[in-house]
Order: sequence, then C-alpha cells, then structure tokens
Amino acid sequence: METLEPLLAAHPFFKNLEESFLKLITGCASNVRFEAGEFIGREGANADHFYLIRHGQVSLQVASPSRGAMVVQTIGEGEILGWSWLVPPYRWTLDVQAITLTRAIALDGKCIRAKCEENHDLGYELLKRFTQIMVQRLEATRIQLLDIYGTHA
Amino acid sequence: MAPTLDEQMHISGSAEAMLPRAYAIRRVKRETADTFTMEFEPVDGASELTFAAGQFNMLYVFGVGEVPISISGNPANPQTLVHTTRVVGTVTKALGELKRGDRVGIRGAYGRGWPVAAATGNDVVIVAGGIGLAPLRPVMYEMLAAREKFGKVVLLYGTRTPADILFRKELEEWRARFDLEVFITVDRGSPDWRGNVGVVTTLIPKAPFDPTNTLAMICGPEVMMRFTINALQKRGVPAEAIYVSMERNMKCAIGFCGHCQYGGAFICKDGPVFSYAQIQELFGKSEI
Ligand SMILES: Cc1cc2nc3c(=O)[nH]c(=O)nc-3n(C[C@H](O)[C@H](O)[C@H](O)COP(=O)(O)OP(=O)(O)OC[C@H]3O[C@@H](n4cnc5c(N)ncnc54)[C@H](O)[C@@H]3O)c2cc1C
Ligand code: FES
Repeated sequence: METLEPLLAAHPFFKNLEESFLKLITGCASNVRFEAGEFIGREGANADHFYLIRHGQVSLQVASPSRGAMVVQTIGEGEILGWSWLVPPYRWTLDVQAITLTRAIALDGKCIRAKCEENHDLGYELLKRFTQIMVQRLEATRIQLLDIYGTHA
Repeated sequence: MAPTLDEQMHISGSAEAMLPRAYAIRRVKRETADTFTMEFEPVDGASELTFAAGQFNMLYVFGVGEVPISISGNPANPQTLVHTTRVVGTVTKALGELKRGDRVGIRGAYGRGWPVAAATGNDVVIVAGGIGLAPLRPVMYEMLAAREKFGKVVLLYGTRTPADILFRKELEEWRARFDLEVFITVDRGSPDWRGNVGVVTTLIPKAPFDPTNTLAMICGPEVMMRFTINALQKRGVPAEAIYVSMERNMKCAIGFCGHCQYGGAFICKDGPVFSYAQIQELFGKSEI
C-alpha cells in the first residue's frame, strides 16, 4: 500500500530524519484539503493536529471586535502550521484560515505525543525541530513589533 | 557630450562637485501617503547626469537644506533624472511640497553603487525594505535589460502595510514575468489584502535561489538588513556575496567633512554600497 512516508520524507521539516522515526510519524499522518475561506483552527479550540503545508496559503489571525480579523502572519508551501498541539493545554492561540485552496499533511497531535512518550529519542528530535520553528516565529514577531519601517527607524 | 561615469566620478572629487545645478521638476507622482517620485530636468541645459545603479544625489531645496537621495531611475536613460523620496523631516517635507515647474539644486552623482556587473552568471537576490526599494530599482532595470546574463532573479520586498507598497504597478508587471520571482510581504495586513503577511526575512528560507552561487543586494532599515543577512547566511550565502547600502547623515557627500564616517570609511565616497564582508566588524554596533 502507498503511504505518506515519501511525502513526509521530502518535506524540509523532516529532512534527514531517521527512517524508523519517519515510519512512526507516518502512522499519525493523513492527507487533508481545505477550501479557500475554511477555518483550520479556532482560537481556544482543541489543537489536535499540526500541518505540513504542501500547497496553498493560510493566515494566522487574531479576532478583534473593533478591528475585525487581524492577520499576523501567513504561512505557505513547505512550511509548518501549528505548535499548540505540543504545549499544554493544547489549544489554538489564533484563528487559522485557508486563504486559498490548501493541501496539507495533517499530523495527529495526540498520536505523536503518545509516540514521543514511548520513544524519547523521537520526542527529542521532534522537539529540536519545533524549537527552531518557534524561535524563527518569535524572531519574526519581534521585528514586526519594532515597526522598522516607521519614521523613527 | 555627456560625461562618462569615470568623468562623473572624477568631478565628484573636485570643488565643482559642491556646486548644485538648477533643475526643474518635470513630473511629480505620489506613490504612497508619505512617498513621491519626481523627475527633474536641467534648467541651464546642463549635460545629462550619468549614473550607476545605487548612486545618490544631493538635492537642495532652496532656503531649506540639502539631503542625499538615491537615484531611482534607469541608468540607461540618464536624460530623465528620477528620485523617490519619503517624507521624514524638514527637507524631505519641503521637497514634497514642491510642484511641477519648481526648482531645486542637484549635485552628484556620488558614491559607489551596486555590483551589477559582478553578479553576471549568478543568481541574484534583491531584498528591499520600505523606501529601500527605490535605490534598488535601477538594478532591476539594468538586469532586465540584459536578463540572459543572470541566473535566477528574485526580488523580496517587505513593507509596513499594503498601502505602503512602492512602485505598485511596476511590481505587478515584474510579478507577471516568467523570468523573475517577485515576493511581496507586509508587516500588517488589511482586510482586503490576500498576499503574504510577515517580515521580509520570512521569505528567505523558501526563496528559489542557489545560495552557493548567489549575489544578494539588500537595502532597508539597518535592523531589517541585519536580520536579512542572518537569514541569508543561514541558507549558506557567504558574507562576500552579500551587499548592503548604508545610510548616515551627510553634508559634503565627497569625502571631505567626515560627517558620514563609518569606521575607517566614508559612506558618501566608499559606499553607500558595501560588501558585508567589508563591514561586518562594524555592522550592528550602536556607536560608530
Ligand atoms: C546615501 C543615501 C541615500 C538615500 N536615499 C534615499 C532615497 O532614495 N529616498 C529617501 O526617501 N531617502 C533616502 N535617504 C534618506 C534621506 O537622506 C533622509 O531621509 C533625509 O536626509 C532626511 O532629511 P530631512 O531634512 O527630511 O529630515 P531631518 O529633519 O533631518 O530629520 C527628521 C527626522 O527623521 C530622522 N531621519 C533623518 N534621516 C533619516 C534617515 N536617513 N532615515 C530615517 N530617519 C531619518 C531624524 O532622526 C529625525 O528624527 C538616503 C540617505 C543616504 C545617506
Ligand atoms: S558627507 Fe562629508 S565626508 Fe561623507
């Protein structure tokens, strides 16, 4: 049977990941598709998955009663969406909406967490990879906050 | 006959270089709420001003003061002198209030520009932030005129909001071309914006270029350039292949007064474009 393993292996996030780990992760993976405008996650809702975006673009938004939905970042092809599945209480901290038709591989958070508990080497490897993404996003958020294109820059 | 670039550079080192010539504003185009592009023509029939991509002129608003502004026009078309300016303070505000037919004093062109010739045979990545797109526009014109000489050409442009996007129509035209990769991102979206949101550095990991065979040119606020350099180096672009355009306050613009001193170099004469390898010891230090 054809599995998602080759797709996962080809994704930059899983580059050079040990084959046995890849097999474990593939067991938690499924193909998904979101229509333009569809919400993938809602602030406060359970974050049961993270996604490897294969095609399309999604936006991360904060809802504001006075200003409507404020887009803080967009994420596209080749990128990872979501780390809330990794950090208790496992709830989305933002609204996540597909801007265009989006194809992704969904990884079941509960399934992956269970495998990481069983196999700490896998857990550590994944944590290292996610930490890098979280640091990149933090750094980007900081530059954004600096408002570097303002007149005071 | 118009002076050659060498002659122009020579003039830059003489007293003549301190004398502004009178130019009349031929056209004003509002780009965004705080930026505008002006075309100038010499009043006294002075010869056209030959320039290289990345060079700048000193623009003198009579009775107000003088500011360095990069040339944003096409080096192959020196008859039309074009500058794109953002209003930040006294002189740029006064400049922005001038109309078609009004006069300004201009001297230049000064400084060392972008290493377009050195990029031949390489992929080229241009990273522009905000008004930093203006000094890079001449590079785009030059490369597009000899497109076959370069590998992949990638333009990454970041700005504050969709309303702050410079040269919008031109960017659209470039984006529609098959031989260019143009990515635009804004720090803050608006309800009708369907493009990328996030700082320009987030575009670098996924941009399609070969880091071992790339020449990068960056222009924007220093903070933006610092983080851009980090991201380029993370992808494996070496310091020697990264070029930045520096800004400091200027007065003489010809290496006399010392106002623009940057370590052992003068930005007006040795820059504004430097290779990152040349300045990395100084770059990012707060007291220079
Ligand atoms: C080589 C070179 C090329 C340049 N090219 C361009 C260009 O193509 N287009 C363009 O719009 N600008 C360009 N600049 C910047 C431009 O020279 C300044 O914005 C201008 O000198 C400000 O003068 P002002 O009298 O309007 O402002 P000031 O009255 O002198 O300053 C007002 C406020 O703006 C701040 N400020 C002053 N200079 C800058 C600056 N460089 N950047 C950010 N804030 C500043 C000051 O700290 C002050 O708070 C260039 C500068 C250099 C050195
Ligand atoms: S501005 Fe006078 S030395 Fe550079």
